[in-house]
Amino acid sequence: MLVLARKKNESILIGDDIEIIVSEISEDRVKLAIRAPKSMKIFRKELILEVEQENKKSAESDNIDIKKIAVAIKNK
Amino acid sequence: MLINTKFLGNIEIEEKNIISFEHGLPGFNTLHDFALLPVEGNVALNYLQSIKQTNICFILMNPFLIIEDYEINISEESVADLEIEKPEDTCLYSTLTITENIKDITANLAAPIVINTVNNKAVQEILNDSRYDIKYKLYREE
Repeated sequence: MLVLARKKNESILIGDDIEIIVSEISEDRVKLAIRAPKSMKIFRKELILEVEQENKKSAESDNIDIKKIAVAIKNK
Repeated sequence: MLINTKFLGNIEIEEKNIISFEHGLPGFNTLHDFALLPVEGNVALNYLQSIKQTNICFILMNPFLIIEDYEINISEESVADLEIEKPEDTCLYSTLTITENIKDITANLAAPIVINTVNNKAVQEILNDSRYDIKYKLYREE
């Protein structure tokens, strides 16, 4: 893993077309500006982890009474 | 082909109807092939059953029945991966998380399943959209 220090308004380049700029620094927070091709997916990591967790809860849950659910959702 | 399902026992499906997630789904990166099956008694619901792992089955719901004006931007990457030519070729589904108390059922509106109905290629599209919640309660207290 590469670790490097940057000051406000400095940036790093990744490959030919990604730039990450440190735009604001405060005590426990840093604001980043990211310039990248539109086709590139950029996410906060916790969002991906939340989706993973929710998927596991959703797909692995047992004891589902699907008939009851089907009726309940129909009458919602 | 005959597949084992979590809710319907052994059933016969046609291979051409297999929904394929090239990259798997978050949390299930090694599961690529699923069957989309109807839920008896409710046309708004479907099963998304893993072909490989019987105990992995999502319950899906039509998101437009949850939020009438639901709308998403499908990323350019997914449009290319799924070879989507027209928006009307796609079908959207929300995964449901079902708990013992029916009032606590939630829908994941922040990461819908997108299927290109022309070739059955699919992706779980994670939205960067603060309007939509991962745990959206189906039963709202008005």
